[in-house]
Amino acid sequence: MKANQKRKVSAEKKKGTLLPYLWKHKYLYLMLVPALVYYIIFCYIPMYGASIAFKDFNPMLGIMKSPWVGFDTFKELFGLKKFYSVFWNTLRISLIRLVFGFPFPIIVALMLNELREGRLKKGIQTAIYVPNFISWVVVGGILTNILSMDSGIVNAVIKALGFAPIGFLTDEKYFVSTMVVSMIWKTFGWNTIIYLAAMTGIDPQLYEAATVDGANRWHKLIHVTMPCIRSTIVIVLITRIGGLMQAGFEQIFVLYHPGVYKTADIIDTYVYRVGLQEGKFEMAAAVGLFKSIVNFILLVIANKAARMAGEEGIY
Amino acid sequence: MRTKTVKSHPVKHSAGSRIFDVINITLLILLALVAFYPFWDCLVVSVSSLKSYLSTGVHLWPSEWSFEGYSYMIKNIDLWISYANSLFITVVGTLVNMLITIMAAYVLSKKDLKGHRVLMFLAVFTMMFSGGIIPTYIVVKDLHLMNSLWSMILPSAVNTYNLIVLRNFFADLPAELEEAALLDGCTDVGVLFRIMLPISKPAVTTVTLFYAVDHWNDFFSAIMYINSRAKWPLQLFLRSMLFENDAAYSGSGESLFLLGQPMKMAAVMMAIIPIMCAYPFFQKYFSKGITSGAVKG
Repeated sequence: MKANQKRKVSAEKKKGTLLPYLWKHKYLYLMLVPALVYYIIFCYIPMYGASIAFKDFNPMLGIMKSPWVGFDTFKELFGLKKFYSVFWNTLRISLIRLVFGFPFPIIVALMLNELREGRLKKGIQTAIYVPNFISWVVVGGILTNILSMDSGIVNAVIKALGFAPIGFLTDEKYFVSTMVVSMIWKTFGWNTIIYLAAMTGIDPQLYEAATVDGANRWHKLIHVTMPCIRSTIVIVLITRIGGLMQAGFEQIFVLYHPGVYKTADIIDTYVYRVGLQEGKFEMAAAVGLFKSIVNFILLVIANKAARMAGEEGIY
Repeated sequence: MRTKTVKSHPVKHSAGSRIFDVINITLLILLALVAFYPFWDCLVVSVSSLKSYLSTGVHLWPSEWSFEGYSYMIKNIDLWISYANSLFITVVGTLVNMLITIMAAYVLSKKDLKGHRVLMFLAVFTMMFSGGIIPTYIVVKDLHLMNSLWSMILPSAVNTYNLIVLRNFFADLPAELEEAALLDGCTDVGVLFRIMLPISKPAVTTVTLFYAVDHWNDFFSAIMYINSRAKWPLQLFLRSMLFENDAAYSGSGESLFLLGQPMKMAAVMMAIIPIMCAYPFFQKYFSKGITSGAVKG
């Protein structure tokens, strides 16, 4: 964008020693200290702490002094049926969410973009952004309300149509779909913002030129709008793929129950139960580390694929 | 950026184009209703009597009004304790967030500062890889933050996404302003707080809102780190209201059971009212504030 406005922090950039340089910019570096401390304590020390997956963790000894046990925990983990089940559940929920939840905001943003600026557009945007700002506990409350078997509106409609009411939150068959749909309900509106922002950045002259060439609205959408937001779409897709291991802990934690563990128990809920409720820290940390590594690999692959396809990628 | 009106379609269009408009607007209005109706349904149930709720179920409009749910909630001391806790976490937490984030974002917006790339990488890498739930839990525990409201503030003191949004915004501001102020003898701290911040209102407001909403809605840190009921934030209180066995909740379990769904929905409404009140103030900044974040830097 405005790449030309590079700032000159220092005149003596190349010559001179480090200390005078640091002294000259001492306030700048000082202002960075709190953030640096935060990142070290709450991000990098836990990364080191993930090494307890390879240790026999003893809270009295701490992370450093606990004895190493190598891959024992992982061996045990990979022998557990439950591990494959939570891994698969996580991936399955995320993939369903990606397939339906990723294109939806793009379509809605394109639809909104076809509206003239004005009250109607503002009103619709206001309404669809709201669900993003409420907590998953509130969403849970709202879901139990509208999906209730006896008095929820959804089942009232189903019954009025002559069908049997559905236990959206209690029946194992429907629980995951309910999670996916409610996740999309909560996030689709807000996710349109990034595309709408990209669309406001499109040069109006492109549309004018297209009009002169005799393009109709559909042509403009396909040949002007879409190519212009393509890089945004790719960036969002990469971050989504990098987040495939996040199947929505808070959402599922609020609503799940042993009756739906078979399909809805995900890595994070499992880590919570095993680590914090059963106190098996090493096991839980091993699952968590495995998850982080898979996440990281997915992100790198997605980014590489995007670059090979000629896109910018996220790093 | 450029002028605001991106596309001014000429008013006269072909019939096909007009049909498209009708369908498009209808679909979008339906979508807006779908997004909004669940809130309305909760509101209606919360002001309905339990009797009418149990007999027919109430939708669209209450058949028999009752504010018993609200009067019960207002008298519930636990609600106010959790409200106070959430308020503390939100206000103090957001202040901490903003102070640290603004300073770091400003420094990181200086692309030719020595060490810039390393520091930026340190921040961005945390978005790609994390130690996980358990190691973070151990750190919080070792810092003796367990069961303290600070456990809901410090471990989320910086959100890297917000940091990048602000940094990109600062980087796009004209450099001449700072240079003039520096020549006048202003320190970097002075430049940031006296010159850069006042002209960064859209981005700062947006990020403030993101942080505040995250704190208000934070449920994850609460179930991780908070045990005692006196420290419960609103979301934990709400969860116990909504999902725990009613009778187990308090000594007066019976009356709770009788109040049932309308009371639960009253609790839900009371949790979202503060957000709904703040929302209009922030909304106008959204697209401006986010635009800077959308542009990758």
